[in-house]
Amino acid sequence: MTASPLAAHQATLGYGRNVISEDLTVDIPEGEFTVIMGPNACGKSTLLKALARMLKPSTGSVLLDGKDIHSQPTRAVARRLGLLPQSPIAPDGITVADLVARGRYPHQGILRQWSAEDERVVAEAMAATDIGDLANRGVDELSGGQRQRVWIAMVLAQQTPLLLLDEPTTYLDITHQIEVLDLCAKLHREGRTLVAVLHDLNQAARYATHLIAMRGGAVVAEGAPADIVTAETVQRVFDLPCRIIDDPESGTPLVIPSASARV
Amino acid sequence: MSTAHRAPVAPPLAAGEAPGAASDPAPRRRTGGRVTGLLVLVAAIAVLTVLSVALGARAMDLGEVWAGLTDPASDAYPVVTELRLPRTALGLAAGAALGLAGALMQAMTRNPLADPGLLGVNTGAAAAVVTAAYFLGFSSFTQTIGFAFAGAAVASVATYLIAGAATATPARLALAGAAVTAAGYAYVSAIQLMDAASLETMRFWSVGSLVNAHTAPILPVVDLIGAASAVGLLLARPLNALALGDATATGLGVDPRVLRVAGIATITVLAGTATAVCGPIVFVGLVVPHVVRAFTGPDQHWVLPYSMLTGAAFLLLTDVVGRIVARPGEVQVGIVCAVVGGPFFIYLVSRRKVTRL
Repeated sequence: MTASPLAAHQATLGYGRNVISEDLTVDIPEGEFTVIMGPNACGKSTLLKALARMLKPSTGSVLLDGKDIHSQPTRAVARRLGLLPQSPIAPDGITVADLVARGRYPHQGILRQWSAEDERVVAEAMAATDIGDLANRGVDELSGGQRQRVWIAMVLAQQTPLLLLDEPTTYLDITHQIEVLDLCAKLHREGRTLVAVLHDLNQAARYATHLIAMRGGAVVAEGAPADIVTAETVQRVFDLPCRIIDDPESGTPLVIPSASARV
Repeated sequence: MSTAHRAPVAPPLAAGEAPGAASDPAPRRRTGGRVTGLLVLVAAIAVLTVLSVALGARAMDLGEVWAGLTDPASDAYPVVTELRLPRTALGLAAGAALGLAGALMQAMTRNPLADPGLLGVNTGAAAAVVTAAYFLGFSSFTQTIGFAFAGAAVASVATYLIAGAATATPARLALAGAAVTAAGYAYVSAIQLMDAASLETMRFWSVGSLVNAHTAPILPVVDLIGAASAVGLLLARPLNALALGDATATGLGVDPRVLRVAGIATITVLAGTATAVCGPIVFVGLVVPHVVRAFTGPDQHWVLPYSMLTGAAFLLLTDVVGRIVARPGEVQVGIVCAVVGGPFFIYLVSRRKVTRL
């Protein structure tokens, strides 16, 4: 594997005495759209939190560009690594443009306030997510799908080559899920390295270029979806008997759970 | 990003400001209206300052006020320079401190109903005042002022530690603050039951008043509040990031733990100083930022300075009102604030969703 911009090395992750993962080593490949998947409580969100430096490993380390992420200034990290958490909060009455503009935080300082460059980047981020015409609307008036695009625009305004997204499609209906995933795919094609936690196996198989399957806090399988989405892996990861067929739309693996698999 | 320069993006942005306006911190909202609002506030403060110097047990016309300021031989001179000027300065400083402290508290906890009292500042100060009165026999205002400030600081540090220090969340801070407040009041009540002299000391301190201004160390108070305000105003940008949630703030490069420590320290100095000198004045820190946000929107670059100025204007106004309504006596500013603020608070709570932790 070539240089990994972001990696966990022999990390112990958990909350207090509740250890989720032990001796976890994960390399995020550069330029790929990595999707982390697995059953509930498999440790996928915990891994993402660790990669985003929201959770410090009790042993081992998380490396950004080969250096311990916790030894780097957090604002410098924020210029390399953007994060869209699961439930971000939109302040009452904030407009779309104001919210997106807050993504410029790591590029500003006491002596370097709002600039023409900030203005340009915010406009670009809103254009890329197709929310330019919502600029002056209140975020609380928007639909769930629009709101998610606003949040993605805010992270884009951060101008980071790496993007982490924690379950970006949760709470969205199917149309908006696809819309958000198509947007992610576009951002990936434009050259960014994406890491997302997704619930839907078939969406993961269709959009990811690199899959990490987890169970019980450990990585069970890792690789291109075509290679690792097999009936055996799905059985091992999810305890789900299934068949795999080719997705007639995309040619990617499609998981069909067996009829009456459970009582 | 190749689509970045598409024309359709320009119109909605241009509605706020031309792209060339580089140094404006928030070019997209109705910046003009908010600048005008600031000027109006400054003008209101100027008018209230004149009223505060002119009105009191003995009302003066402008000629007398001028004589009182400039002519040491006039009758008005001692009243103006020794009583009313210090009182006005203290009212402005304490009001600004409480308004800013309230805005910081609400931003830091993302709780629109938070106020500096939530950190236990008021109870801490009260507990220290009764301690000084009961155990050390101190009863005068100047003797207890340092104790009150120390008590406020100790209570807010205790609240922070009980809430889990670095792991403190807004909800845990609120619970810890409630616990510290309850314990503090139990202690204050116990001392007062045992000792009538402490009760007497507390009776005057605990309503909140500017009446002791002439014996207060005005310059140190103004210096402390000024320094803490400068720090507080600098927190606007990281607080804007924190408003999006702890996780989002972390992603943007703000360490919420560091920001909370800085915020709590600033609030403690602001509210602790105001409370030590004036006694607990409630509702300013709670209500002022609320009213301000309805006008400025959620950008802390505006909320914080607006809350400072509005707090100063509001406290001065209530103090002047308190001096007029019961002439020749006066109603303490803490009571006027509660009379105005109480019903307003009830209105806020009943109006709509207010708690969002």
